[in-house]
Amino acid sequence: MSTAATTHAPDDHAHAHDDHHYDPGFWRKWVFSTDHKMIGIQYGTTGLAFLMFGFMLMMVMRWQLAHPGEAVPVIGGMLQAIFGSSAFQADANGIRGVLTADGYNSFGAMHGTIMVFFGIVPVAFAAFGNFVVPLQIGAIDMTFPKINMASFWCFFISCIFMVVSFFVPGGAAKSGWTSYPPLSGIADLGPLNHVFMNGQTLWVTGMVFNITASLLGSVNFIATIIQLRAPGMTWMRLPFFVWAQFVTAFLLLLAFPPLEAAGVMQLMDRAFGTSFFMPTGLIVNGAITQWSGGGSPILWQHLFWFLAHPEVYVLILPGIGMVAEIIACNTRKPLYGYKAMVGAIFVLGFLSFIVWAHHMYMTGMGAKVAGFFQVTTIMISVPSVILVTALMLSLWGGSIRFTVPMLFATAFLPMFGIGGLTGIPLAFNAVDLYLHDTYYIIGHFHYVVAPGTIFAIFAGVYHWYPKATGRMLNEFLGKMHFWLSLIFINGIFFPMFLQGMAGVHRRWYDGGATYEQLITPVIHWNNFMSVSAFLLGLAQIPFIINFCASIWMGRKASDNPWDATTVEWDTPTPPPHGNFIKEISVYRGPYEYSVPGADKDFTPQTEAPRSDRPPSVGVAGPIATHAH
Amino acid sequence: MQIPHEVTARPDTGLYNAKLGIWLFLASEVMLFGGLFSAYIFLRMGAPDGYWPHGLLNVPVGAMNTAVLIASSVTVVLAWASLKMRKFSQYKLWMGISILCGALFLFVKLAYEWPQKFDHFGAFIKPEALAKYEPLLGNKRIEEENKKGGAKIDPRVEISGHLHEVVIDASAADKERLDAFLKKHHLEAKPDAHHPNLLAVEGKHLTPGVVEDLARLPDGTLKAPGIKLKTFVLALDPVNADPTNPESDKPHFWYKGATEKHGEIQVEDVESWSAFAPKHSPYFAVYFTITGLHGLHVLAGVLIMLYFWLPIEGGANMFKRNPEHLANRVEVVGLFWHFVDLVWIFVFPIFYLL
Amino acid sequence: MTDSHDHGKSAAPAVPHATAAAADHGHDAHHDMHLGLYLGVGAFLLVATAVTVWLAYVDFGSRAANITVAMIVASIKVGFVAAIFMHLKGEKWMIWKILLFTIFFVIGLFMLTYLHWADPIFGTTHSHH
Repeated sequence: MSTAATTHAPDDHAHAHDDHHYDPGFWRKWVFSTDHKMIGIQYGTTGLAFLMFGFMLMMVMRWQLAHPGEAVPVIGGMLQAIFGSSAFQADANGIRGVLTADGYNSFGAMHGTIMVFFGIVPVAFAAFGNFVVPLQIGAIDMTFPKINMASFWCFFISCIFMVVSFFVPGGAAKSGWTSYPPLSGIADLGPLNHVFMNGQTLWVTGMVFNITASLLGSVNFIATIIQLRAPGMTWMRLPFFVWAQFVTAFLLLLAFPPLEAAGVMQLMDRAFGTSFFMPTGLIVNGAITQWSGGGSPILWQHLFWFLAHPEVYVLILPGIGMVAEIIACNTRKPLYGYKAMVGAIFVLGFLSFIVWAHHMYMTGMGAKVAGFFQVTTIMISVPSVILVTALMLSLWGGSIRFTVPMLFATAFLPMFGIGGLTGIPLAFNAVDLYLHDTYYIIGHFHYVVAPGTIFAIFAGVYHWYPKATGRMLNEFLGKMHFWLSLIFINGIFFPMFLQGMAGVHRRWYDGGATYEQLITPVIHWNNFMSVSAFLLGLAQIPFIINFCASIWMGRKASDNPWDATTVEWDTPTPPPHGNFIKEISVYRGPYEYSVPGADKDFTPQTEAPRSDRPPSVGVAGPIATHAH
Repeated sequence: MQIPHEVTARPDTGLYNAKLGIWLFLASEVMLFGGLFSAYIFLRMGAPDGYWPHGLLNVPVGAMNTAVLIASSVTVVLAWASLKMRKFSQYKLWMGISILCGALFLFVKLAYEWPQKFDHFGAFIKPEALAKYEPLLGNKRIEEENKKGGAKIDPRVEISGHLHEVVIDASAADKERLDAFLKKHHLEAKPDAHHPNLLAVEGKHLTPGVVEDLARLPDGTLKAPGIKLKTFVLALDPVNADPTNPESDKPHFWYKGATEKHGEIQVEDVESWSAFAPKHSPYFAVYFTITGLHGLHVLAGVLIMLYFWLPIEGGANMFKRNPEHLANRVEVVGLFWHFVDLVWIFVFPIFYLL
Repeated sequence: MTDSHDHGKSAAPAVPHATAAAADHGHDAHHDMHLGLYLGVGAFLLVATAVTVWLAYVDFGSRAANITVAMIVASIKVGFVAAIFMHLKGEKWMIWKILLFTIFFVIGLFMLTYLHWADPIFGTTHSHH
């Protein structure tokens, strides 16, 4: 996708102090750029492409669940030609395109991996963060632009590993996105597999590169937010989105490395025959394996979930940040409980490091350790509730404009609410013993990420697209996208709670057909959910058309089409290299909407106070800032 | 377009950008090595008695390497101080010494410590066969000693040393392939003294790796390996050569290699065998992984320090243009280097001494 | 000697150049004092390494005690490297904040994985007491 960024600033004033003759040539501008805005767009387009790819994997899986053993219609033959015979086979009548068990498992593992690490994190954290955060704090770029570029290309390399893994003999990784050993230690290591170019090994290697990219990125985010705030931008004047990205960056920085260590260990197990995770006396296909033994599968689970729990907060916090911005802007009033939200997000980030074993209640935990994790898990629901409640209360008394971003942001609240509330029973290991690995879990976490974070991402796209491209997205297509998505996404995920409570297991590749007699009352939901998934896919078409066509055909956007207060709207649209065409100073908080006595219903952060009137609430000017 | 606070500190935080950046990166490195150390703790606690070895590593060499790294930590901070005092030739001296120390550390590891292990052979004996090898293991005496109290001595479940000879059944083997293999690895095969139908293979370069390759030789068809290993004959390590000697109860400072005494192990009594390679046991797995990852960090540090030492644009030549910026760069790589030293200060006792 | 100033554009209020120069000069004297300290700490660390090795061959009664002693000595050495060589003594509060949380989380990782190993469900094959 190309932006409308030009090589010279739209406002080519003589006194502009940005490099308006900045012209680095095609490669340094579009490919190997160190400009945070271009890097943000690179992350965004790559991430959105992977979200679409992950969605398509899911659609094939959902076909299988609703019609086990039947060839995928229309495109079945093509799928078999592309993905090969480990993933697809012909049915009894010779019709090609039936998803095999291995194929289902690999699509499932890759759907999870791709959506989490190659879709949501690159889009919500890296893309929006890179583009918006420096602008919102009044900086000209990130503190380490070259490292920023390196982080994107490291990420891109990891994408290549993941995509290539589909096309090697044996197909992509199929041991779950969680990659539990001993299965992940022996998978794809048979006589027909290549010693390195096999799905699981490529998966682990790709994850190592992905994690490295994340680490480089998070160092940049934290340093930038601490060091490059403009004069007057004190900590408590930061837009909430910046706080959210700040905490998210810390989660990535400190939680990812143990998984990187575990990834290295899994590679050692697979490539060098070590027994980090391979237990003594492992028997596969009736024969004792060659590992020395002495390893621990539980060790992997600890190291994996030590990351993966903070990871789920990485998935949600940028979304909450975006929703906060959009709600304040479209209710024309400040956020309710800004300070409480900041405190809550820190407590949430802190607690997220000590709850991980609630994913491991089935590993034979004693009362002390299980009790510890149950307590911390219940505690962490408190700051989550504070955040959502504060956002809901922010609607009260507002002058609400239901623009398309606001539709998505408002819908986010009850959807995330359902996701969060369905998580609370899971905190108790007694309940989790029954619900673990059922569709209840899938319903729970999808509600948080799908109608949760992805709706927040859509809100963010509709909100910031004008700033990035200089064009507005079409309102009618946006509303169609919203309503259809809202209806169908609930159609997919709500019945999962019913299936889960009935005991339907989460990784049955035939949708439970083998156990039909046990789950008769709920098995019919498979068809309903699969149809909903297909329709949800169709509902994205207006969005894709809108996204692509509006670059050329969209209504031209002014610098501040939403009449917002935060600093990113005080730049030309789209922002030039160097971002600002004047010195930026911040004079007030981020949500000075509808201030009594002001001449318009919003007062931008960068607007100097008028000398003939006393300053409005919260103004202290740039000088008295360095107390913080 | 100049990023603010690249060289001079931001007043309210008191930091310049790269200093904050490197500390953030070091925080993530703490978590990375923390993950590896937690694996160490987990695997060691889960190891059954006798399966976690002690005293296998060369302590004097390890201690010397520790001293080398500590010295280089001192010299790198002296290099930074020299730059702050604008004393360029002093800077070059101290920085050069740091680079050489780092390189020496890597050389010792890669030219001696690691290769020496790939030559060393170890076989874990099956629990049901332990009694048969009592003369080489001395477990009865250990049981008696442990009853007396004090720090417990671990039972012995492994026989190790240097491979002298391996006895094989080559009756189903492809003779041509076997001969070519023996020739390539300078090995000699002659009929075994006790079992004339078996071959005794010996040679100067009979490492466990070579024996593994030998065991994988096909017989020309893909049905079964053509070579069956029967017996290992090895020059025993001191603990197996003299197991009932009280000296063998605890590890000692001076590293003793294999003795002249030979021992024999029947392959059917062996649970698993290999060189002292990563796959030998969880101990070696975590040893090689941690020292390997640490070594990669040492290499990275050496390369970056070299970059700042050489007379190039972003390196020593920066002294004329912007000495404060160069001082900051050296401070940042110094912090990284001290962290690498820090990790080794934990690694050394944990693997070499405990 | 050449003073260095940040000749690039800075968005922060510029520190008066005079103060920067003074800070620079003041710094020199500072470093001269510290050279002795660095060498002294270096010597201490080498001695401490020898002590570490020597203590390893002393039996403190149980394996746990031996491990504890070794870890205490290592921690002391690490403390000096961090405080003096890495200038943590006197470092800005921002850095300390980052490190304190990191240490808390890594100790949490160690202790909670240990707790999981040490506290299994009673009476199953997991039980190893």
